Amino acid sequence: MKIDTISKLDKWRKECHKKQLAIKTKVLVCLGPGCLAGGSDQIYEEFLKILEKKNIDNISVESIKKTGCHGFCARGPLVVIEPQGIFYSKVKKTDVAEIIEKTLLKGELIDKLLYKDPGTGTTYTEWRKIPFYERQQKIALRNVGQIDPDAIEDYIAVGGYAALAKVLKGMRPAEVIEQLTKSGLRGRGGAGFLTGRKWATCAKAESDIRYVLCNGDEGDPGAFMDRCIMEGDPHTVLEGMIICAFAVGSTEGYIYVREEYPLAVVNLQKAIDEARNYGLLGDDILGSGLCFDVKISKGGGAFVCGESSALMKSVAGEIGEPRAKYVRSVLKGLHDKPTVLNNVESFANIPVIIEKGADWFASIGTKKSTGTKAFSLAGKIRNTGLIEVPMGITLREIIYDIGGGVLDNREFKAVQTGGPSGGCLPAAKLDLQVDFDTLTENGSMMGSGGMVVMDDQNCMVDVARYFLNFLVEESCGKCVPCREGLYQLHNLCKKICDGEATDDDLRLMEDLSRTIVSASLCGLGQSGPNPFLSTIMYFRDEYMAHIRDKKCPGGVCKSLITYRINADCDGCMACLTVCTSDAITGEKKKRHVIDEIKCNRCGACYAVCNVNAIDII
Amino acid sequence: MVNLQINGKNVQAREGEMLLAVIKRLGINIPAQCQHEAIEPTGNCRLCMVEITREDWGGWKKCVTSCLYPVEEGLIVETHNDKLFEIRKTILDLQLARSPHSEYLQKMAEEYGLEKSSYPVEPDGDNCIMCYACTRICELLGKSAISPTQRGHNKIIAGPFGEAPPDCIGCLSCAHICPTDHIKWNDEGDIRTIWNKNFNLITCKKCGGKTITREFADYLIEKRSLPPAYFDLCDKCKRHETAIKMGSLVIKAREAAI
Repeated sequence: MKIDTISKLDKWRKECHKKQLAIKTKVLVCLGPGCLAGGSDQIYEEFLKILEKKNIDNISVESIKKTGCHGFCARGPLVVIEPQGIFYSKVKKTDVAEIIEKTLLKGELIDKLLYKDPGTGTTYTEWRKIPFYERQQKIALRNVGQIDPDAIEDYIAVGGYAALAKVLKGMRPAEVIEQLTKSGLRGRGGAGFLTGRKWATCAKAESDIRYVLCNGDEGDPGAFMDRCIMEGDPHTVLEGMIICAFAVGSTEGYIYVREEYPLAVVNLQKAIDEARNYGLLGDDILGSGLCFDVKISKGGGAFVCGESSALMKSVAGEIGEPRAKYVRSVLKGLHDKPTVLNNVESFANIPVIIEKGADWFASIGTKKSTGTKAFSLAGKIRNTGLIEVPMGITLREIIYDIGGGVLDNREFKAVQTGGPSGGCLPAAKLDLQVDFDTLTENGSMMGSGGMVVMDDQNCMVDVARYFLNFLVEESCGKCVPCREGLYQLHNLCKKICDGEATDDDLRLMEDLSRTIVSASLCGLGQSGPNPFLSTIMYFRDEYMAHIRDKKCPGGVCKSLITYRINADCDGCMACLTVCTSDAITGEKKKRHVIDEIKCNRCGACYAVCNVNAIDII
Repeated sequence: MVNLQINGKNVQAREGEMLLAVIKRLGINIPAQCQHEAIEPTGNCRLCMVEITREDWGGWKKCVTSCLYPVEEGLIVETHNDKLFEIRKTILDLQLARSPHSEYLQKMAEEYGLEKSSYPVEPDGDNCIMCYACTRICELLGKSAISPTQRGHNKIIAGPFGEAPPDCIGCLSCAHICPTDHIKWNDEGDIRTIWNKNFNLITCKKCGGKTITREFADYLIEKRSLPPAYFDLCDKCKRHETAIKMGSLVIKAREAAI
């Protein structure tokens, strides 16, 4: 069926909506990356298997929906039952029969699957009431975890492509750009450039052809926001891109996705095929005369290919290396033609801004950072997961109110925002507002939205070393400061971790960082020393402890720590069994001893001890 | 024409010209390893960085590579200051750790007061400074036989999969353009070896001397529409033959006049 007029789209939407309403109870099984790793695909299959055999009133196979990431990854696999919003967490395949018998048939709740807040002890039935969800506001993620990403009808039913229809029905391209500029939307990929201004520059550029690119490369360790949007709501990305194409006058677009996101590739391809079949992509979209088509370009997963000029080279089939952008890519981008490159999350915001208006969007967040931002919470935090919050919220609110605080109630040490190129902020900065400018002013950055929490058992020098190592491996190697500079910076940092560094080495690191920042060719190098610069800014004490006292306060750097068994040891022999270097001796019910020379500091004993009898000195 | 200021001096430049060309024309000496007049600039070495600003930037300055930055009306350029000195010195310092045996680098580093690198040197480090001059000239010839492969510190220039490049024609352009003489080749008898690939050299039909590779000759014959027998003789014998031909023509003309 071709939807070749806007009225046909409206009619189709009514049909889709009616079909959705006919399904009285919906069981949403989260197939986001976290839940999938926990086996949620088997849970989904199990639901189908049982329901195919059984004939239950009001509940059919159609009631079972697989969705994208619902957000609360720490509690996965998740099953949500709508319209009541019943939230079942840590569901196993073996629970499925019980959910059908009790909840779906009799309306009874299953206590063991309900979420109990470990802080307050409160048990929650409905997911919207859980503090993790309650403080959030979803725009870009509005459909993720709510609809079946495979079914275009689901997207249509929740208002999909209505923004496109609005644009095609009565807006001029300049008006679309004006709305965007007024909304204040800044690029969600990290740099925070005004999207409206970018589109305006591209639209004005003289050219026979213009390109619309979507950056789905998302390479920051611990970040998975874009992945979840592409997997969980691919049509919203397409709709944003089509609106962009209309605004800037483009006929060709590409979505650049890393191949490590196979499900994103599959779901996006399905969405593109379906949109094409229905006439929402291709020639004469909705009978408006607009022609625009999208292709997927798969990347090999090089971090540097998230950088705009390297990404464009990769899309063009060349080596993914950045070029100097003294002529901006919006004027001379893919194949040297004017190109709009926006991040997945930016595109996901577009349809909502068009539908609800620029003023509505600008009223959310802060004056200079409007709207919301998606973050992936990771690291030593209780509620790991995918969240979306209004800009201007404090780090404390994100980490404690939504994130539930530090894992195992340990002491908060730092939070890293902005991925490897970002920075680590200490406890004293917890009340900072999360927006583009505040984070940059404080030595970190918004980045694409990774947020990694660290506790007192993390060593900040080791954290810097880890991320520097990541950047050394991901540096493309084209320019000297990044290729050789980061390599030497990492070596010096490693020297500190090994307890072999001097004050002179630290000075050399600071001098070297200055040159890497100001002389590197692209953003990767220019922000490359950030893991070191932000940790030395806030955690100089830890560096000095390594260099002068030859101690690692976090108890991480192997050369500087010793494991010792204290008087609390009850002689359970657990550590003795797991020791990888036969360094522990002792008898049952008697205090054990670690041979410090034999010990390889693997930490297995520490992890297995139930009575906290092992000290790290 | 574009008007700009370099080190306090008012200068005119052609539209589209890069800053480095103008700076060099003024006789100002700044180092640049990866820039070469035969190929497009890429900005790999970062040594030619200059600091730019404008009247309306309110004192804000930024460092750019002059080889890639096109001249702009009203641009104020500084080619030497403490910051730029530190950048150039640090870059050479880093390169010297990677390629401690390169005379080319040692000479450059000396100008910045560097006798040895501040970083642990790689005793086995080769002389490649990853300027891409070789790959760019190869690409310009339409061959792209070699290219940068791998990433970061492990990056090398090589043929596909690190093997002898199938598209190489043994023209030696890469070796001749290499600023550090890193790319080695060898002619022995009628065999030339470069990038682990062997080529047959053409033997001059007259003197028996060796000229260029058969592949390079075929490339030139095709590109420049030369007669197929063009490379049968070496340059010297060709000149010799031309001289005899010219001489006989002159004699014939003289005889005809009488």
